[in-house]
Amino acid sequence: MHRRLEPHAACGSADRRTSWTYPRKLLTLPPPPLRPPTPTRSPDADQKRAARGATRPGDRVFLGLSRGSGIFLLVIMAAIAVFLTYRSVIAISKDESNFLTTLEWNPTAAEPSFGIAVLVYGTIVSSIIAMVIAVPIAVGIALFITHYAPRKLGGPLSYVIDLLAAVPSIVYGLWGALVLAPQLIGLYGWLDDYFGWTGILDWQGGAPRSLFTVGVLLAIMILPIITSVSREVFRQAPQMHQEAALALGATRWEVIRMSVLPFGRSGVISASMLGLGRALGETMAVATVLSPSFEINASLLDPGGGTFAQNIASKFSEASEMGRDALIASGLVLFVITLLVNGAARMIIARRAEYSGANA
Amino acid sequence: MAKRIDISGLNAYYGSFRAIEDISMAIEPRSVTAFIGPSGCGKSTFLRTLNRMHEVTPGGRVEGKVMLDDENLYGAGIDPVSVRREVGMVFQRPNPFPTMSVYDNVAAGLRLNGNYKKSELSDIVEKSLKGANLWNEVKDRLNKPGSGLSGGQQQRLCIARAIAVEPKVLLMDEPCSALDPISTLAIEDLIGELKERFTIVIVTHNMQQAARVSDRTAFFNLSAVGQPGKLIEIDDTERIFSNPSVQATEDYISGRFG
Repeated sequence: MHRRLEPHAACGSADRRTSWTYPRKLLTLPPPPLRPPTPTRSPDADQKRAARGATRPGDRVFLGLSRGSGIFLLVIMAAIAVFLTYRSVIAISKDESNFLTTLEWNPTAAEPSFGIAVLVYGTIVSSIIAMVIAVPIAVGIALFITHYAPRKLGGPLSYVIDLLAAVPSIVYGLWGALVLAPQLIGLYGWLDDYFGWTGILDWQGGAPRSLFTVGVLLAIMILPIITSVSREVFRQAPQMHQEAALALGATRWEVIRMSVLPFGRSGVISASMLGLGRALGETMAVATVLSPSFEINASLLDPGGGTFAQNIASKFSEASEMGRDALIASGLVLFVITLLVNGAARMIIARRAEYSGANA
Repeated sequence: MAKRIDISGLNAYYGSFRAIEDISMAIEPRSVTAFIGPSGCGKSTFLRTLNRMHEVTPGGRVEGKVMLDDENLYGAGIDPVSVRREVGMVFQRPNPFPTMSVYDNVAAGLRLNGNYKKSELSDIVEKSLKGANLWNEVKDRLNKPGSGLSGGQQQRLCIARAIAVEPKVLLMDEPCSALDPISTLAIEDLIGELKERFTIVIVTHNMQQAARVSDRTAFFNLSAVGQPGKLIEIDDTERIFSNPSVQATEDYISGRFG
């Protein structure tokens, strides 16, 4: 082994020579004295740098930039978390009632009393309604574009869907309040007639500016993001697995069920989480459509309720110092809920990683 | 249950491009027929016309007749899906469903075709895996993902999946080209066993493989790139490799081109 390598080293392959001389040098060097590190770097560090490809100026600049961007992101996240936590602690310590269960929002009273129960309920319920409506439709559209539609139709359709994402949320809000909400009266009556007995879909006949309408509007707003991510995932479903299903005598739907959907499963979950993130945090559209109140209705069709972002938007401009801190505390809760939702999604994806399309 | 295939006047197109021209041949039941020829001569396209997979390709179109015993696969009112249940296929790259276990992979075709009781299903799965010479290697890991097997095992898993639905014909599109020599040998042995029960058609780039496994060999060629591929001749494998009747065949098998 050694003899065979000798000629290579002699004929000047630089890498090989250095890799052979390092160990010898290290062996003969006396143990380094304990002192602060000097500007001259150890050969080890040099080698590490070389392995990262950071020896040339261009590489160094790029490494610095990309590493800097990564650190910058972490710093920003930490700064937000610290700010939210600090102001929240101030507010919650002055809260005279339970922050989690109180059904009122009076941070400026002589005895401040405010709680997030209504906001948690409203945010989660409206987002769930949005997901229940949007995810199946988005998956359907994505499958239609990738596997059913002729190419001439699929292209323009994708474009229109993507365009929906570019509409500002205040425009959705105006449309929701002026067009969608009045149109939903018929549906509300029908739901009340047939499903009123459930209590959840009971309707007292008020203006349809309820969590249900908000959910429908949010569904439309998160449709494009879920559709376009799912579409890209379905488009990448391996041809060879689709052909495998076809060759077994699968119909088009069975091909989708056997090879496309399992492959796209984790992608659809990620897409849904992106959509859910938007639904949880949506502000202007909700604030425009919902007629808020600080109470929890069992019925989704009766007006009232509120969401975190809507509550902050509508109260922030007129809030006192204490009122702002209280709103910030509610913002922190939204932050935590979003984190939990994302964590749960990651767990769902990881649980079946063994079976994912990735190790095909 | 193995069936004879009679092909007459078959043309296949990609859009307006004609990929294979006017092919007529007979494929005998319970035998192995190999297709050889240079790249681009339409062997794989032709193979895919035999289970109507060619039409799946955008722009794919077929003219002509493929008789499976006395049923024309391209006849009016024939459902391509039911054709593919009769004519199974194994692909070049092993393609077990990555989201399914070994067991579910083999059962996949059965579950499409009808309702089986659990015990029936596991009987057929076991029989098919034994038929594909894979049972001993996977019987302890039936519930592990199929994509965790080695390449050769995956390909035998695909064969087990194809034979589980008891097709009449088994098409193989270069089934060994992604495998190492040992796995190739295992598959070739398996082909020898399977021909007792099925009509087997195999496309191969490896002429030695054609000589080893097939009873009849068909040589395809194309006159120039961009021209449609044609069937040059089909004969007993022994004759093709010792004394072919067409000069081009001899040039190809003796390595003068291709």
